[in-house]
Amino acid sequence: MRPGARLALLLSVPLLWLVVMYLGSIAVMLVSAFWTVNDFTGAVEQTFTFDNIRRLVTEPLFATVALRTILVALGVTVIDAVFAIPMALFMSKVASPRLRLGLLVAVTTPLWASYLVKAYAWRTLVAPNGPIAFITGGNTPGYGLAATVITLAYLWLPYMIIPIYAGFDRVSDSLVEASFDLGASAWRTIRSVALPLVFPAIAAGSIFTFSLTLGDYIAVGIVGGKTQLLANVIYGQLVTANNQPFAAALSLIPLAAIVLYLFAMRRTGALEKV
Amino acid sequence: MKLPASLRVTLTACMVLGLVVLYVPLILIVLNSFNSSRTFGFPPPGLTLDWWQKAASSSGALSALGTSVVAGLCAMVIALVLGTMAAFAVQRFEFFGRSTISFLVVLPITLPGIVTGIALNATFVQVLGPFGVALGLATVIIGHATFCIVIVYNNVQARLRRMGTSLEEASADLGANGWQTFWRVTFPGVRGALVAGAVLAFALSFDEIVVTTFTAGPAIQTLPLWIFSNLFRPNQAPVVNVVAAVLAVVAVVPVWLAQRFSGDSTTSRV
Repeated sequence: MRPGARLALLLSVPLLWLVVMYLGSIAVMLVSAFWTVNDFTGAVEQTFTFDNIRRLVTEPLFATVALRTILVALGVTVIDAVFAIPMALFMSKVASPRLRLGLLVAVTTPLWASYLVKAYAWRTLVAPNGPIAFITGGNTPGYGLAATVITLAYLWLPYMIIPIYAGFDRVSDSLVEASFDLGASAWRTIRSVALPLVFPAIAAGSIFTFSLTLGDYIAVGIVGGKTQLLANVIYGQLVTANNQPFAAALSLIPLAAIVLYLFAMRRTGALEKV
Repeated sequence: MKLPASLRVTLTACMVLGLVVLYVPLILIVLNSFNSSRTFGFPPPGLTLDWWQKAASSSGALSALGTSVVAGLCAMVIALVLGTMAAFAVQRFEFFGRSTISFLVVLPITLPGIVTGIALNATFVQVLGPFGVALGLATVIIGHATFCIVIVYNNVQARLRRMGTSLEEASADLGANGWQTFWRVTFPGVRGALVAGAVLAFALSFDEIVVTTFTAGPAIQTLPLWIFSNLFRPNQAPVVNVVAAVLAVVAVVPVWLAQRFSGDSTTSRV
């Protein structure tokens, strides 16, 4: 077989799946955002209308929820970066090679423990009669926005540690040592030498923490109390209100947010490593 | 490497704190499954194995487990085939738009889960529904396979890159034809990556809930869906706790298997 034919064969099936199945589905979602639902029968009517978009823009509830969701996503991203940077720095520059491998396994393993189980664990942790209340004598965030942010930050932390670790691993030891030899303090070295070099790695990790938060409605349902995030509202529109077109219209918000975020992050060079 | 003592101490403290934060919730879940009280309270009043016995005979949990295993295995096979094909195309051929392939493969896990879920739901129900497609196990498998491709792709692609092409070229120089080179040189080289990718793809599918919700339809209940629907039922809580404990502990299996077979330590999902 000629190389060209072989390449075409290798690419055909994956491309068919990803372009037709996946991108095709995204296209269907985009189009269906402009459909409507019959008020009497509840059936989806495939006629073009701007009603969903108008409702999205004019009802203040949706703007509030969208803003809250994006702030939560950014907050979770910042918390994860604050936790992940020193951990990744320890793994790559302090730990011995053996310990490093062990730590790498130790930070990735929780990723594979069931997502629901981890969210559920936080439900028990912050419960009014849970361990946090027991230790602090009743001071627990309880169910709400704070618990949601904590739980989401916990859930996605490994996604942030791993790329930053890989980033620090590529930073030569001699650069760090040179900085100390030239009299810089530890803080100055981290801030002026290490962090700029691993910034693309932080950006790469942040894509996951940001995107995963935007798309999550389970964790907020478990620990969020009455808190509403975008994904809850979308789920409610599809399942409870049975309004598929409006759910699709609402999904444009997280889609637009992540596309904008990806464009912003592309300038940092983060996308080359994702 | 040489670092100031104060920095070493600070970083060590951060690492320990981070590990504590990562593992305390998991340990709590395991502990909770032995809690003798039906209602949760800390510290637990006593310990018991009763719930483990009850969970082992919970028909709802077991049938959901079966569904999850079937869905995971099917999604794994599809992802294995598609991910491997894409990885070979990108690593062994030069062509225009190579980086676009990587972007396409990673897109399903880069976009928020709710977007993927709503998009697939719209397609299955609104477009394919009139042609007789109904939400069920097959639609769940299609959704899972879509975001599992990237894991196989990453593992195989990393391995192919490390292997280089010199062994394959040597094999061809010594007179082997394309198939012989593939089966005797290339395939043994990537076998470990294939196993690792497959295990991790299965684990990813096994745990997924957001996309699953939108593609499953009412008759299908995977294990995460079962847990979620029973999470807020007080009399099911002890059984849910046991299932949760089991899932928290078996997390080491995919990581261990992938480390063993791959050696590339690409056990991350990203």
